[in-house]
Amino acid sequence: MMIEALIAVALLGALVTFVAPNRIAGKLAFAISLVPAALSLWLFAAFDGSGNALRGGELAFESQAAWIEIGEYSISWFVGLDGISLPLVVLTTILCTLAIVSSWTPIDERESQFYGLILFIEANLIGVFSALDFFLWFVFWEAVLIPMYLLIGIWGGPRRKYAAIKFFVYTNVASLVMFGAFIALVFGLGDSVTSFALPEIAGAMLDGGPEGFFGLEGTTLASVVFVAMFLGFAVKVPIVPFHTWLPDAHVEAPTPASVLLAGVLLKMGTYALLRFNFTMFPEQVEMYAVPIAAIAVISVIYGAMLALAQTDLKRIVAYSSVSSMGYVILGLVAYTQFGVGGATFQMVSHGLISGLMFMAVGVIYNATHTRMVTDMSGLADRMPIAVGILIAGAFGYMGLPLMSGFYGEFTIFFGAFGSDLLDYSPLFTAAAMFGIVIVAGYLLFALQRTVFGPYRLETDYEVGRAPLHDIAPMVVLLGLIILLGVAPDLIFDMITDAIDPIIQYGGDL
Amino acid sequence: MAVLELPEWMALAPALLLAGTALVLFLLDSINPRSTNRTLFAGVAVLGSLSSLAVAVWFTAAGVGATGIENYGVIDLMGGQFIVDQLALYFMIIIAIVTALVTVASHDYLRDHTYQAEYYSLILLAATGMSMMAASNSLVTIFIALELTSLPSYALVAILKDNRGSVEAGLKYFLIGALSSAIFVYGVSLVYGATGSLQLEDIATNLDVAGEMGGLLGLGILMLIGGIAFKTASVPFHFWAPEAYEGAPAPISAFLSSASKAAGFVLAFRVFTTAFPVAATTEVIGVDWTLAFVILAIVTMTVGNFAAATQENVKRMLAYSSIGHAGYVLIGLAALSAEGGELVMGAAMMHLLVYGFMNTGAFLFVALAEYWGVGRTFEDYNGLSKQAPFACAAMAVFMFSLAGVPPFGGFWSKYLLYTQTINAAADNTILLVLAAALVVNSALSLYYYSRLVKALWIEEPILERDRLAQPTGLYAAIIAAAVLTVVVLPAFGPVADAALEAAAAVVA
Repeated sequence: MMIEALIAVALLGALVTFVAPNRIAGKLAFAISLVPAALSLWLFAAFDGSGNALRGGELAFESQAAWIEIGEYSISWFVGLDGISLPLVVLTTILCTLAIVSSWTPIDERESQFYGLILFIEANLIGVFSALDFFLWFVFWEAVLIPMYLLIGIWGGPRRKYAAIKFFVYTNVASLVMFGAFIALVFGLGDSVTSFALPEIAGAMLDGGPEGFFGLEGTTLASVVFVAMFLGFAVKVPIVPFHTWLPDAHVEAPTPASVLLAGVLLKMGTYALLRFNFTMFPEQVEMYAVPIAAIAVISVIYGAMLALAQTDLKRIVAYSSVSSMGYVILGLVAYTQFGVGGATFQMVSHGLISGLMFMAVGVIYNATHTRMVTDMSGLADRMPIAVGILIAGAFGYMGLPLMSGFYGEFTIFFGAFGSDLLDYSPLFTAAAMFGIVIVAGYLLFALQRTVFGPYRLETDYEVGRAPLHDIAPMVVLLGLIILLGVAPDLIFDMITDAIDPIIQYGGDL
Repeated sequence: MAVLELPEWMALAPALLLAGTALVLFLLDSINPRSTNRTLFAGVAVLGSLSSLAVAVWFTAAGVGATGIENYGVIDLMGGQFIVDQLALYFMIIIAIVTALVTVASHDYLRDHTYQAEYYSLILLAATGMSMMAASNSLVTIFIALELTSLPSYALVAILKDNRGSVEAGLKYFLIGALSSAIFVYGVSLVYGATGSLQLEDIATNLDVAGEMGGLLGLGILMLIGGIAFKTASVPFHFWAPEAYEGAPAPISAFLSSASKAAGFVLAFRVFTTAFPVAATTEVIGVDWTLAFVILAIVTMTVGNFAAATQENVKRMLAYSSIGHAGYVLIGLAALSAEGGELVMGAAMMHLLVYGFMNTGAFLFVALAEYWGVGRTFEDYNGLSKQAPFACAAMAVFMFSLAGVPPFGGFWSKYLLYTQTINAAADNTILLVLAAALVVNSALSLYYYSRLVKALWIEEPILERDRLAQPTGLYAAIIAAAVLTVVVLPAFGPVADAALEAAAAVVA
């Protein structure tokens, strides 16, 4: 019942915060969000699961209750955690708490609604990572859209209306495609499944797969579904060429929403790819490995090139997410222990690092009211701590050893290079590694122009040191990044334990 | 009937309670005709509808009308003229809930109105007719119930006597209603001519006798469909809906678009499953009548959604969206010929229940806006959330639920309808077109629903507004509808069971 408790606290907290007076909403939401954060850390300590949730592994904190019966199919409340989902749940709760603290400065109107929505998003994100019934998972998956739409639309920048609706339409249409495909798959599996529980469906996929539906052969159906679901998730990740909603959403979103968007919402896409496409369809992964790896590499390089061309700090960080998510896809398609394990590690690591970067950019914006690289220079003199953290985050992004980014990217490259499944894998890996060079290029270039050199600011604001409550969440994140960089086994062990069964199925092909 | 050994006619108690309340209201009014004690009248009306709801829920839970349980079973009254089964009770529940919400909200809406008692008793009489429609089992009782619903509705639409729009809407509604009633009765007479019976089961057994009069029967069925299309605001008799809903007082629009539509559908579900089983009827008239519903469903949902997307007036947008939703529910009839059709029909019934909460709530929000006097267009609603966050949060719930976005009740009903249609499409490929139309229309509907959310929450107000009042009744009804819309998501199990039972009661 622990997962239910997590979700319930966040949901009730959202309700309480929504009706609380604006004055206290920020502190109240922070206090409430400490409960799920603490609970999730306890879950982390008490984790006793093993194996993969969809491959008959031992689930931790499992609970299941009948929900709806319709025809021969049943839908149930079914939650549980394995080594893939638990780190992401912890990431969610910690980032939400930190995002709440980081909103104290920038959010100055309709606070109770704002913090209520953040807690509501938190509840749904926990649900996405712990649900093991397709319908339940889909409820949480879609329910994330509404609060994010409102967060961008109400508290966002000048073009917030456009960005909010673009985000909503893109991701919602993608979800519809994915939903339709998956339902066709379940019906195509025929009598071998009687529920929408993901482990059962994954099991049936291995025992022969779909019989066919609407005159499509079983294998054709599986391929169609694989491609449709891949496209559906690709929008969320996002993979080039479905990435255009991301920079708009990020630039217009208020800082805390950007933190959650980059830190957790993008991981929903890669998590879903791992859970659905790469766990249920090993044959199709092999079939489409080369094109998938190709668009992964294109995402890495093209995303980085786009970042190189930007002059808005937030856009730079936004496009760099496209690039980083490309690494994750490359790791997944390698289908080796280090590839998939590294990709999962990178999800957590990138969540922390991109969260930190957005917070740092937000703190600078709070002081300068501009994000344009050309508008400022020499900020290091005026806000040394914030700038120091920004630089540390940038080095994390570039993959400095002993920070989590290094371990994630290194394992991905290592795993991808030696992949048997992926043809030309050394070529793809080498091409993707070139992305690292561009990352270093645009980050260092931007830093050099903004924080070093003589002090200059084009806007009329007095820049002073950032308040403590802006700095504290960044320090926590930086600490976690270094902790995971020094001791990656904290989560890498449970991740490899959970992905080993998938690699077996993939590797034996 | 063994619920505490009540007499059999008590099975109709949910409808009788509504009728009784209407009479009590007349009585109160005749004691003191000048009384404008709106709290008393509204209170009596709410009490009446809630007790009807309570009895209907109790009966359902106790197993009245459930098949396969000893001593309970389906109850038929007056030689099969009425029948109380799970289908009837399910729709009585929907109607009672909507009536209760509407009467609560009317307390504030009608604050300066002269005809308080008449208003409430007309609502309850119309609700009685709808409840009877759910239980009618012969074309005669169906027609009587239909008229008992329609006549008070005409008066209710036109009840704002000094308002030009209201009177005009009432007249239009009446004229089209009269026409469709005439068509319906003519259809009844043709069916009677062909089969020699009015009782639904007898029609089914006499179908083979009608062998050489297949054309006549087919024409009769077509005319019955016309009558049903009027009541459910479906193509081709949908065009009264935007006019009537826009002109009518908003609580009445809520009542008509939710309860009256549900009543029209229960009628369709019962008549077409009991009297005209697909296979037997196809043999006689030579055409599969589900084909008519396939076409009507696609056209109705497309017309409704495309028209809704172009509206500037919120109430008209909701009216067209209500036509669109009628199209979704029609899938329940269109899929009947396929294997698994009863599940599609069950899903359509679930949608009607959830629709009863969310659509009623949405129209009641419009009633609140009319009460405030903020105007009628999307722009007039701009930035309302700054002054009334709770009502606007509720409205956002209704809009997202109508669009089928989780975590609200509308998600389940729409997605189950979709999955079941896909499932049934394995047997009858034409249903794939329906499923595709459902997806396309849902995606489109998100555009205009989210536009309203955007106006309420994201846009800045155009004009400075005075402080907005917070009328208790209207707020209570809106919040209650929102809570129901949300709570029905976790509590969907019993709803699904009840709807599937109800569908199984009529689909053999």
